[in-house]
Amino acid sequence: MRRSDRDKEFSAKTISRRGLMLGGMQLSFAGLLGWRLNDMQLRQSEQFRLLAEENRINLRLLPPTRGLILDRNGVLLAGNEQNYRVVIKRDDAGDVDVILDRLGQLIPLTPEILERVRRDMTRHRAFVPITVAERLSWEEISRVAANAPALPGITPEMGLSRYYPLYEDMSHVVGYVGPVSERDLEGLENPDPVLLIPRFQIGKSGVERGQEDVLRGRAGSQRVEVNVVGRVMRELDRVEGTPGQQVHLTIDARLQNYALQRMAGQSGAAVVMDVASGDILALASAPSFDGNLFVRGITQTDYSALLENDFRPLVNKTVQGMYPPGSTFKMVTALAALDAGVTDGEERVFCPGHMDVSGTRFHCWKRGGHGRVGLVAALAESCDVYFYEMAQRCGIDKINAMSERLGLGMRYDLPLSSVASGLNPSREWKLRVREADWRIGDTVNASIGQGYVLTTPLQLAVMTARLASNRAVLPRLSRDPLERDVPQAASLGLRPEWLRMIYQGMVETVNSQRGTAYSSRVVAAGQEIAGKTGTSQVFSVTRAEREAGMRSQEDLPWNRRNHALFVNYAPMENPRIAVSVVIEHGIGGSATAAPIGRDITLAALNDGLPPLAAYPAPQRNRIQAEQQELEQRLRTPDALRVSRA
Amino acid sequence: MSYLEYNTRRMPSGLAKALHMNWALVIVLIAVACYGFVMLYSVAGGSPDPWMRTQMQRFGFGLVLMTVIGFMPIWFWRSIAGVAYIVSFVLLLGVEFFGSVGMGAQRWLVLGPFRLQPSELAKITSILALAAYFDWLDIKKVSHPLWVAIAAVIALAPALLVVRQPDLGTALLLSAAGAAVIFAAGVHWAYFAGVISTAAGLVTAVFLSRGTEWQLLKDYQYRRIDAFLDPTLDPLGAGYHVNQSMIALGSGGWSGRGFMEGTQARLNFLPEKHTDFIFTTLAEEFGFIGAASLLVLYLMVLGFCMVTALRTTSRFAALMVIGVIANFFLYFAVNMAMVMGLAPVVGVPLPLVSYGGSAMIVLMVGFGLVQSAHIHRPRLPT
Repeated sequence: MRRSDRDKEFSAKTISRRGLMLGGMQLSFAGLLGWRLNDMQLRQSEQFRLLAEENRINLRLLPPTRGLILDRNGVLLAGNEQNYRVVIKRDDAGDVDVILDRLGQLIPLTPEILERVRRDMTRHRAFVPITVAERLSWEEISRVAANAPALPGITPEMGLSRYYPLYEDMSHVVGYVGPVSERDLEGLENPDPVLLIPRFQIGKSGVERGQEDVLRGRAGSQRVEVNVVGRVMRELDRVEGTPGQQVHLTIDARLQNYALQRMAGQSGAAVVMDVASGDILALASAPSFDGNLFVRGITQTDYSALLENDFRPLVNKTVQGMYPPGSTFKMVTALAALDAGVTDGEERVFCPGHMDVSGTRFHCWKRGGHGRVGLVAALAESCDVYFYEMAQRCGIDKINAMSERLGLGMRYDLPLSSVASGLNPSREWKLRVREADWRIGDTVNASIGQGYVLTTPLQLAVMTARLASNRAVLPRLSRDPLERDVPQAASLGLRPEWLRMIYQGMVETVNSQRGTAYSSRVVAAGQEIAGKTGTSQVFSVTRAEREAGMRSQEDLPWNRRNHALFVNYAPMENPRIAVSVVIEHGIGGSATAAPIGRDITLAALNDGLPPLAAYPAPQRNRIQAEQQELEQRLRTPDALRVSRA
Repeated sequence: MSYLEYNTRRMPSGLAKALHMNWALVIVLIAVACYGFVMLYSVAGGSPDPWMRTQMQRFGFGLVLMTVIGFMPIWFWRSIAGVAYIVSFVLLLGVEFFGSVGMGAQRWLVLGPFRLQPSELAKITSILALAAYFDWLDIKKVSHPLWVAIAAVIALAPALLVVRQPDLGTALLLSAAGAAVIFAAGVHWAYFAGVISTAAGLVTAVFLSRGTEWQLLKDYQYRRIDAFLDPTLDPLGAGYHVNQSMIALGSGGWSGRGFMEGTQARLNFLPEKHTDFIFTTLAEEFGFIGAASLLVLYLMVLGFCMVTALRTTSRFAALMVIGVIANFFLYFAVNMAMVMGLAPVVGVPLPLVSYGGSAMIVLMVGFGLVQSAHIHRPRLPT
């Protein structure tokens, strides 16, 4: 269009003015941008630089190698094995289903595993590696590694994991490890950062838990540069950690294995102790379980099976099981009476088979009575009435004090889970807990280890060790392998003439024809044992039952039968070890517990299978057959190889 | 300006036109492009491939295109403005119906081997059409509501199609560049005041509509706004890009972390580091010096274009150049504001630096038009 000059001039002026206005606006916005640049790059630069470093540098903890647990001879009880595993990262994998399908052709993947992997994936962000399979063989992991190009997002990894080469033998003592739980972290003010490492495992029970501080070690650290998906680009620096220390137990793995197998088919506990040092040579609770199952993540089925088993495999009965000690408690009553001076031990008491105490009739196990018995015979033949009498003379306070002196009713400081203290009942205890006065009947019951008295198998072993050594021996489970002199425990101060009578009673229990454990005697010179049987009632026999005629124990349901107990020391002349055996609902101490105690004692003294020559000739054929059958189940010397480096 | 207005005798012709080009502009453009080459080399981890080499070829082609367009007489561009506008509008419609879907938005039109972004083309054709319209319009009628309405339709029609793609960012830029031309043409300021207050009302409505049935924006657009308002809200989600970008930018400091030493870029914390977020890498590796100098170069581009706009007496040429200036300004201003956390993340490249063909070609076409206006500016009869 043709315009007039005036229009042209007007147009040019307008455009110039408006154009300059636009330019001005643009310039001021550019000024704003410049100010922002200045603000961020010059004024806040340090702050942003720090953030960039945080982005870039990742501090990784290097889990320390867990300390080994060895037995007293250096046999490996808990070790670390190479664990090959395969992890998947969702954001690198692309199509997860295709990748898992391909992986399934290389290594076995069950539908449960696949389901767990998919579930884990929905719970974590895409760059978090998720473990697909663990504990693969070298061959399997090589196959995965070789096919890496076809498996994006899949990484073969290597790490150490805990294993227990002796399987169920040591599970109650050594315990097991497991992943750190919320509960483990609770109450920790400053949790060791190593606990926050994913998949890090700590002791959950037994020595693994009790000695966690020693075994764990200290974490190392590694500073790495990572890219946005967390892939490590390079290592910047590295501080090595300290591996955990070894723990040497006092346990003899071979003896432990024997004790456990000797109790096979029973629910029971056996403890072998060194009478001088208190070293626990065996701490067997039958049946046991395989700790490896827990490390690998036990299946619900396996766990339910363990929980629902009547024999309670998960319970360490040696320290957690509390049983009325029955007649094994009679040494305590006897010593209490001697200490109180209410008898000289030679004095005889007439046993008519029962005793009436303030209107209640207390029976002796022998319905016809023992006639006139002194202390030695009362122990050997386990006469109840003798101890009813002695207990009434000296009173519960004296029994209580002696019981404590012999190590009953106390909680030992051992690196084990839930060590029970048992129950050493006193007037004060009954008033406080039962809110009732102590009655004479309670004393009578306590005198033969019934009523309120509860002991653990370990306590019975300690009691026996203290009797045998006259020292305040305390049990111990770990020791310094370089130790030269075993620390001597303080003397118990029991008079030798009292102990001579106690020893005589225990010797006769096993070695006299009238003794309750005569069939469990040892005939090999220098290996003879002295002991005491015990049979403790689980349910008191009611008058109605008694009048209806005693039912045979075999007719009762298993869980109503009597517990069978046996304690002994050996060798008879120069005691080295003390043994206690408790067989739950084993019916009778002399029939069930004593043979087991004898065999375990012989195994300990001979450092292997008991020699046939140690048994009385008439028993040898039967014993031989039993041994051959047992030998099949024992671990081979190869499995118990000393693995000390 | 029509052919008749030329003083053909004083107008350069043939290769002599080269002497009359806006050489200052050309040199500054080359300088800006070099920033791009250096950064593309760096973000590729010190390699000309895959980005720098291609970018150089495109820029070379762009320079040739600019010269060819610049050598064409300005009246030619005026005469095809209407046709070009209609063609680009049809192409936008084509995207609406045949466009391929990429990155959640239908922006590309695949024509044989070429992938065309009609919204980029529309930026130029809208400017041309508006400039031609106001050149044709009687200067006294400029602020008449009817004629303003027509101008508004020319500016907004392509923008509306772009919004439907959906590409809100480009649509806003498109209408803003159009608004700049309308403003420069001398339309009464009251119209702009009206539009701005309406826009403010609209923004309020957009926020109020959130979560209701008549929600005006898509959810992802709302999330981008949230992330913009507070990038720390969700550092791994919507705010991630802005956050990482600000960290990279801020950590550059005065002189930067050094060529190819930017940890944020090298370790991939930066998103889109070769395209929309390339300024961040520049700021990280060359610091304030690098970033501010690029800003200055951009202002020089604006300045040298403005010289052309002010020196020409042709209404069409002046308006067109102002449009090109506004378009170019919007590119870098929005991009920089975005990476510095001053604007929401919208897909706007850093002009001539970001890797990308479509934007580069359209920008060079724009500068070609500026050159054409510069070479063929009417010489006053003396």
